[in-house]
Amino acid sequence: MIADRSPTGHEHDLLVPAPARRLPQPPMQHPQPERAQPQRQPKIFDAIARNEPHVTETHEGLAGEEAVLEIERFNLHYGAMHALHEVSMRVPRGKVTALIGPSGCGKSTLLRSVNRMNDLIDSVRIGGEMRLNGDPIYAPGVDVIELRKRIGMVFQKPNPFPMSIFENVVYSLRIDGERDRSVLERTCEDSLRGAGLWEEVKDRLQDSALRLSGGQQQRLCIARAIAAEPEVLLLDEPCSALDPIATGRIEDLIEELKGAYSILMVTHNMQQASRTSDYTAFMYLGRLIEYGPTDDIFLQPHLRETEDYVTGRFG
Amino acid sequence: MNELSTPPLAPQPDRTQPARTVRRRNRRRATSLFAHGEPMVWLTGGALGLCLVMITGLLGLVLSRGLPTFWPVPVLELTTHSGERIGGEVALVEAFRPEPEASSEGAPAARPELEERRMLRTGNYDLTGVHFRWVPEREVASERAPEWILTIERLEWGRFFGTPTALDCDGVRTEGEPAQVWQAFEAAHRAARETWRERRAIETNDIGAAAKIKEQARLAIRDAQLRYGARSSEAEAVRQQMTTRVAQADAELARAGEQVERLKALNTGRTITLTTVDGVQSVIALDQIVRAFPANRLSWSDKLGVYASRVREFLFDEPRESNSEGGVFPAIFGTVLMTLIMSILVVPFGVLAALYLREYARPGPLVSAVRIAINNLAGVPSIVFGVFGVGFFCYWIGAGIDELFFAAKLPSPTYGKGGLLWAALTLALLTLPVVIVPTEEALAAVPRSMREGSYACGATKWQTIWRIVLPRAMPGIMTGMILALARGAGEVAPLMLVGASKLAAELPLDGTFPYLHPERSFMHLGFHIYDLGFQSQNSEAAKPMVYTTTLLLIALVVVLNLIAIWVRARLRRRFQGAQL
Repeated sequence: MIADRSPTGHEHDLLVPAPARRLPQPPMQHPQPERAQPQRQPKIFDAIARNEPHVTETHEGLAGEEAVLEIERFNLHYGAMHALHEVSMRVPRGKVTALIGPSGCGKSTLLRSVNRMNDLIDSVRIGGEMRLNGDPIYAPGVDVIELRKRIGMVFQKPNPFPMSIFENVVYSLRIDGERDRSVLERTCEDSLRGAGLWEEVKDRLQDSALRLSGGQQQRLCIARAIAAEPEVLLLDEPCSALDPIATGRIEDLIEELKGAYSILMVTHNMQQASRTSDYTAFMYLGRLIEYGPTDDIFLQPHLRETEDYVTGRFG
Repeated sequence: MNELSTPPLAPQPDRTQPARTVRRRNRRRATSLFAHGEPMVWLTGGALGLCLVMITGLLGLVLSRGLPTFWPVPVLELTTHSGERIGGEVALVEAFRPEPEASSEGAPAARPELEERRMLRTGNYDLTGVHFRWVPEREVASERAPEWILTIERLEWGRFFGTPTALDCDGVRTEGEPAQVWQAFEAAHRAARETWRERRAIETNDIGAAAKIKEQARLAIRDAQLRYGARSSEAEAVRQQMTTRVAQADAELARAGEQVERLKALNTGRTITLTTVDGVQSVIALDQIVRAFPANRLSWSDKLGVYASRVREFLFDEPRESNSEGGVFPAIFGTVLMTLIMSILVVPFGVLAALYLREYARPGPLVSAVRIAINNLAGVPSIVFGVFGVGFFCYWIGAGIDELFFAAKLPSPTYGKGGLLWAALTLALLTLPVVIVPTEEALAAVPRSMREGSYACGATKWQTIWRIVLPRAMPGIMTGMILALARGAGEVAPLMLVGASKLAAELPLDGTFPYLHPERSFMHLGFHIYDLGFQSQNSEAAKPMVYTTTLLLIALVVVLNLIAIWVRARLRRRFQGAQL
């Protein structure tokens, strides 16, 4: 079921993911003067529409960050459709990185490529490289099951399992065969506390998780994801199915989880991205257009297209 | 595509016209009747109503005919114009047209008027040779209900109607008024039945056990001869050893035989003498009487007592009189056991098949073909499954098992004939589509998000299926099981070929090792209904039993289903909650 990796032909100059203080320079950089005057930028979207390659505008502000996840010239095809084009980014450790962009731009696809959820779809082919703490994700010998245990994921719609709250939280331990009751109970409490749900459910851990409210269910899913102590946490529009109050709680939670966990999240909500994330990546039609510190992206983006999108002039 | 599929409501507008007029609908003054949907409400409601009428009609018929079967009815004595006296229970009243009398002139006779006639259950088969008799109303000169006439249910020969005149019990003779005889009867009858039961117990247990030992000894000798050769020393040793055993069993047989004789002798002196309505005297042994009551003297509570006693006998006793009387306990037992074994076989099997089809098989023409084939399997006539079962299970696998493990018993087959296991397997095959189809639907209905959540936690495919998909699909699987139960419990045709029998000497589950005997043939309620209704010698007497047995079978299926539905409801409650 593993998607066959089409040879993309790029040189294997894979950089050792040492805790580098500086990011290596991307292979191609826009000349400085152009970045200074975004208004005179040539129409990138037109170029993309003509299927010309685009080189991501990566901000200097990322240079000081240590990467937990490195994505390098990643390509993905759904059958004949080229869904991700040469995406390269480094997700910093202990920070929140938001992926924004219009619908169908490939944000979720990129997110799902990180824990190889796209393997479940037969027609997917990929190219390029991803590394989680230096370990290749798409190398031929990788055990996908083991890989997924290192990555937590929370989905758009809360998807608690049809079992008790307790069993939901310790699911990842259960599938590893953990039987020690004290370990399970400690993990359950820690994870629920981490997800800010402990006080609400501590007296009914044996109740069905499906009886919780939508917002509680989503926090339960976050608790389930962090119970496995993942190296990176993927959030796929975690608030899109929730009401504003529940959304606020999830955002507070993301704020609290920052530091302890490295978070990569997809969001449609510009305010959410600006409120909760440290770094923001703007994607368009399968290309990563611009990537940098959130404040820069929202207040002084280098590209006019990004500015148009974040200010709502297009999208 | 969208533009193409929606028919234009109005003629294509001129491009110069304002866009507003494009969508203007063709308004009528009043909405048509069909647009309102009123006729459809009547049509759908009517269809449902018709279904309900048919179902309640069927249930009503079964209930109205099945429930009164055991109610004691009065015994009448009719005197015809010719002076003949006929006694019995009224079984049926109907209107009929008598045969036109042949006219000598050859002129066409006028069509005779409708007349009433009654069918009397006259009983006394040993005296008269008939069970039932039609009596046209115009032949009846007078009728009365003799106060002391007894309805006697016997082990053999069916019912007897007569007035008691004398009772012999252990050398004491009670004679005279029927009331006195009746008083003496009850105690004497109880004693006689007690003795009879003791005798029966010895016959079935002691004599049966001794016979079994002798049979086992014979088989052991035969087995040794087959294995070591007829004249070998080993076979001789086994023969020696078995001879002492056989001698012991023979001694046991003789002892039991003596006891039986003693009890028999005890009961020969216990009889009742009765006079029938036409004055014939008859002597009946008390131990042959199952139940007796003065039908015309019964109060309401007495009748209720008789009814309860008959129901108890029906549910917990063995049949007698070629199944037309007595109980159906072996049939209830066989039906329940067979259905349970069938479910135990079919549910895991069907669930595994559905799992592969839905979870592992790559969708394509082959999988579609398999799915269509499974659906079609549900439409194959059940008798075809019976033929397959008898050919494949009984005569092929069963015969193979006999060759391998029961060679000593050959040529009489052990597994090479119809039996409980083969019947359960055949019905499991028959109900397989009924399990696979709902299970597959239930598996497909498990949300993709749940599976993805599980995969994202690092679960393997099987862990996801086992921990998430199957529990979530459990109510759907239970639905399949309920359907299979209902289908399997009510199926008769294949059972006729693969193991249901008219009368099974032994229950397929008993106290002798290995307790469950899957090779034994068994009685089945559905087959019992067929047997009563169409194979019975005394079909008129069996008719009410057909309804009662049908009622019982329906009740049994309902009970099995209710249990399964209750379990399913409990499962469902676990998966319900504040769903988004």
